[in-house]
Amino acid sequence: MSFYLGLSAILFVIGVAGFIFRRNIITVFMCIELMLNAVNLSFVTFANYHKQVSGHIFTFFVMVVAAAEAAVGLAIILTVFKNRTTLNIDEVDSLKN
Amino acid sequence: MVDLLFFGLFATVAVLCAINVVVQKHPISSALSLVGVMASLAVLYLLLGGEFIAMAQIIVYAGAVMVLFIFVIMLLNAGIEVRRGRSWMATIFGAPALLGLLGVLACLLVRWFPDSPVIKFGDFTGGTAKEVGMALFTDYLLPFEVTSVLILIAILGAVVLARKELD
Amino acid sequence: MEFLIATSIKLGLIAFVLLTALAYIQWVERKVIAHVQVRMGPSRVGPHGLLQPLADVIKLITKEGVLPPHVNKVFYLAAPILAVFMALITISVIPFGTSITVMGHTTMMELADVNVGILVILAVSSMGVYGIALAGWSSNNKYSLLGGLRSSAQMISYELPMSLAIAAPLLSAGSLSLRSITNSQAGFSLGVIPHWAIFAFPAPQIFSFIIFMIAAFAETNRIPFDLPEAENELVAGFHVEYSSMSFAAFFMAEYANMVTVCCVATLLFLGGWHPLWPSAYGSDFLAPLIFAGSGAICIYHGINYVRPFDRITLPVFGVIFLGLAGIFLIPQLVPILMPLFWFLAKMSFLLFVFIWIRATLPRFRYDQLMSFAWKFLFPVALVNLLVTGFLVALVS
Repeated sequence: MSFYLGLSAILFVIGVAGFIFRRNIITVFMCIELMLNAVNLSFVTFANYHKQVSGHIFTFFVMVVAAAEAAVGLAIILTVFKNRTTLNIDEVDSLKN
Repeated sequence: MVDLLFFGLFATVAVLCAINVVVQKHPISSALSLVGVMASLAVLYLLLGGEFIAMAQIIVYAGAVMVLFIFVIMLLNAGIEVRRGRSWMATIFGAPALLGLLGVLACLLVRWFPDSPVIKFGDFTGGTAKEVGMALFTDYLLPFEVTSVLILIAILGAVVLARKELD
Repeated sequence: MEFLIATSIKLGLIAFVLLTALAYIQWVERKVIAHVQVRMGPSRVGPHGLLQPLADVIKLITKEGVLPPHVNKVFYLAAPILAVFMALITISVIPFGTSITVMGHTTMMELADVNVGILVILAVSSMGVYGIALAGWSSNNKYSLLGGLRSSAQMISYELPMSLAIAAPLLSAGSLSLRSITNSQAGFSLGVIPHWAIFAFPAPQIFSFIIFMIAAFAETNRIPFDLPEAENELVAGFHVEYSSMSFAAFFMAEYANMVTVCCVATLLFLGGWHPLWPSAYGSDFLAPLIFAGSGAICIYHGINYVRPFDRITLPVFGVIFLGLAGIFLIPQLVPILMPLFWFLAKMSFLLFVFIWIRATLPRFRYDQLMSFAWKFLFPVALVNLLVTGFLVALVS
């Protein structure tokens, strides 16, 4: 089981790396989805360990929330692109000094 | 033995695809690598006995959410990401911080689960659709209804944000 | 070990039969459309055009496979592979009949009886969108991008009514495994009416069947929903930049998808391999009767021949059909062959409906298609599911 949890940790850290280092807003969003998937894997692993189905239910809810968040987030990205014509998050900084 | 083999194979595929998500310059290649990660995770869920969750992962995540991503990338005609003004501070502090995070996670893993059981395919049979359905509609009914309201809000938000301005 | 050998043999057999059937479904389609349009169809290559698929395969293989310079090479090459892969994988969870016992080894007539069989089919058809979207995008061409995006949007829009229409008979079947769903449709009530899902007692699933068939037409990009690949409107849509084998791959994927949805409709709604009336009343003799009748017709027309070579080919076909009728009369083979015959007969009837509708109806405009899915079909499927659930809960 520690292999599965280790894999979940590795995927999570790769997601964090992408989230910090990439500049394209859509790629950043995809790294968020990667992190959510890593967490799903550890939920299902613990469901197997404790022999309960609650882990699967949690995973189900995480999937639902991630789908809703993807929909709204991509709509926001579309609106930002319509106004600024750029997908680089460094250039969407009009709230900075 | 076969379980370990399958785990090794699909874990390697997942990690390689995840690294590809982060490394590729074009968002479409990242999106397709992410689909690969989700598909290999679905196989790992099957190995862990979560057959309903595995299929839900492919239907919902790989078949709907990622298609949405690919639609947006194609519609916006997102090109190759151009690197400008790379902040050296992020690189110098970022990479060791990430390795530190990984180290902390690994340490906690080893400390909390010193002798973890080997997972064999078929030792958890409670992941069938019947079990998930029973738990979802009896114990977890309130979160289920709340998530349906959440999806409704998300639909409304997406429709409002993405519609054309009526002139 | 025995499991591995049995599965490999079944795999080879199913792959061979499926790939040959895909080629010959195209022959059937061309002949049926031709006869609907009062013309002959392929009739020169071999007797009655039966070697036409072979000629098409040879043409497509030997055509020059052009790799245009402006495409994105990786995705251009990967898209047809992905489309065909997803289309062919679903056959692995479809059961074709009851069990076969060969030389003491008993095996079921399917490759894998998965507990969540119907979800596998839904999942793989969701993944089928990628082949088309990638093909449209990687061709670097306005028309194929439009065709690819439209086709993907159409496929994901019609997945919703299809899933709801699939969920309705599952309420009375009580399981997700395709074999269990089919076995729950065994038996006859009142001794004569079969327990098929469209005749089921608390809630006859006839509306789910119709909704499923409409959504299946849209999922497989067939007329009347095939605007994304229309030749006259959109310059052949998403496969305009593809030639030879890649083009053939897309068509193979479309026909394989058609076969899959017809199989799923047969299993869920029409009772799979269970006969229409009990074998006590002679349903075992339907197959020999049909084949013997076809044989007699062929021999009659062979004797009063119209074209000179009909003198030879038609009696040969007549003898082959009479031989098949004879095989169905052997008592040992009847328990194996009759379920297979019923399954293939129902599935072929649904394929014939697909081809019939292609020959008859015009195609929808894209906005009509999308508003039909979201404004009409999805609410109807929802209401159907609610009514079915209500009736099933009332009875049990």
